[in-house]
Amino acid sequence: MQNKQDIFHATNLTCIFGHGKKLTKAIDNISFSIADEEIVSLVGGSGCGKSVLAKIMLGLIAPTFGTFAYKGNAIKNLRDHWREVQPVFQDPFSCFNQFFTIRSQLKSSFRILKEKPSNSEMEERVDRALLAVNIQPPEIEGKYPFELSGGQMQRMLLARIFILRPKVLIADEPTSMVDACVRANILDYLMKLKAELKMTIVFITHDIGLAYYVSDRLFIMHQGKIVEQGAPDQVTLKPENEHTVQLLDDIPDIHKEWIKRR
Amino acid sequence: MPIFDVIDLNLHYLTRFGDTIHAVSGVSFSLEKGEVLGIAGESGCGKSTLVNGCMGLIIPPLYPTSGDVRVGGESIMNRTPQDIRKNVLARKVAMIPQGAFNSLNPTRKIKDMAADVIADHENGGSKKDIHARLRERFTMIGMEADAVLNAFPIQLTAGMRQRSVIGISTLLNPQVVIADEPTSALDVTTQKSVIKMIFELLHKGIFSSMIFITHELPLLRHVADRIAIMYAGEFVELGATRQIIFDPRHPYTRALMGAMLSAEPGQKQKKPVAIEGAPPNLAKSITGCRFAPRCPQVRQECKAKKQEIRIVGERQVRCDYAE
Repeated sequence: MQNKQDIFHATNLTCIFGHGKKLTKAIDNISFSIADEEIVSLVGGSGCGKSVLAKIMLGLIAPTFGTFAYKGNAIKNLRDHWREVQPVFQDPFSCFNQFFTIRSQLKSSFRILKEKPSNSEMEERVDRALLAVNIQPPEIEGKYPFELSGGQMQRMLLARIFILRPKVLIADEPTSMVDACVRANILDYLMKLKAELKMTIVFITHDIGLAYYVSDRLFIMHQGKIVEQGAPDQVTLKPENEHTVQLLDDIPDIHKEWIKRR
Repeated sequence: MPIFDVIDLNLHYLTRFGDTIHAVSGVSFSLEKGEVLGIAGESGCGKSTLVNGCMGLIIPPLYPTSGDVRVGGESIMNRTPQDIRKNVLARKVAMIPQGAFNSLNPTRKIKDMAADVIADHENGGSKKDIHARLRERFTMIGMEADAVLNAFPIQLTAGMRQRSVIGISTLLNPQVVIADEPTSALDVTTQKSVIKMIFELLHKGIFSSMIFITHELPLLRHVADRIAIMYAGEFVELGATRQIIFDPRHPYTRALMGAMLSAEPGQKQKKPVAIEGAPPNLAKSITGCRFAPRCPQVRQECKAKKQEIRIVGERQVRCDYAE
């Protein structure tokens, strides 16, 4: 059953926090697999276990029960794992150190690689990555994280991905802090990245509209379980699970009656 | 008579490098009783500065350049912060902030923070009376009063926290409530319940009109009666919700609509289009239209001539070529 082509494969995955009365099943006995070069979105309300699943994928949390495999093997060495699997987080300001310039931090991301390229090559690759996210390198020369706007910072996180060229990208709500224009921009860059690097992307969001637009497959999560999965059209047009219906119903859509005003 | 008037408001910041940043320029609108005005715009366009201006909280480095803000006919400009705090905030104009967790003190119970609001604005009343009043109000707005009032912020869920903040903001029945992105930190299900609660308060007459600020246009479509689109410190379009969402006239409003995403059937092919470029630097004086460098329908004249608000049909548009 286990396919070598699968990037991630989970069997009866369970993750439990606390014990006794405070026992919380963050992930409750789920099985799934994610194929190569696929874009999968995890959608659900807050507290449904999306971010815990992301952390398991990054190897930051070990599952309590069940097996979780990356390319058929359990995650052992984190440094090796992170060479191929990289995250983009929600809040870019908490991802960068305020005391170093952005450029030096982008450069220091090369340290995860086995063989560090020469200094001139590193500089060149940083420049190229910055241009790829539509920022002229002189624009951020000598600047610190707090001197940039939210949209620019989010693009810096994406520039890191361009530098490291991972196989898998875990994007944990990368657009929830930014406005619609910047969001469209960031999605453009993500799609560009995907086309260029042939990545697998796991997209985590509570915005089903966004998930519908980007993904090949949708997982709807509720209280640690994947309650529905399938192609975006199938899930959004013919939802079968009540939680999916609820989630779709709660989105303010332009053409649909949402709440009664008076 | 409108209960809230903003007349040609101009505000600027003075930075420590000696720059003058004209964050809000030439904003005018008025609110009738029971009306909800939505304000949308990208980050950095001056929405939050406008909120501060509307509350009369003009504290350095923010300075008033010109214009007036009137609540019920009475001006709230050029007053001392103490006067504003005592007589305007919470009674006439109240604000619902964005991050509920950041606006609650983690070391105090909800009832203590709420009691502060009453004690600060009204003289007299024993602690017991105040708590009885709080229980009554929190029950009225549909919360389990005892459980919520006796809890510390950390014991509540994000939705409950935001609702408590709304409850505290509206304790003294303000006339106008300014909601600055009240739901953007919440997930969709909680967002819906919080919005429902805000409207319940509006219908019960606890406050009479609202300014709702967000960058989510689909949400504004359901919340607002009128929508104002803001760009680089100016209102570029102001009209009824239906007009703005389904029939935008200003190029910027059109571009914003193009950047929107929705999970409706047949929308997957419709790619959201980002607006190229960045907003102008407001520290420099700008001749001509502020949107001209990014405008897809830009003409030679736009770069030279400042665009003024025009009335087109029933709406106001800041573009000479919007038909």
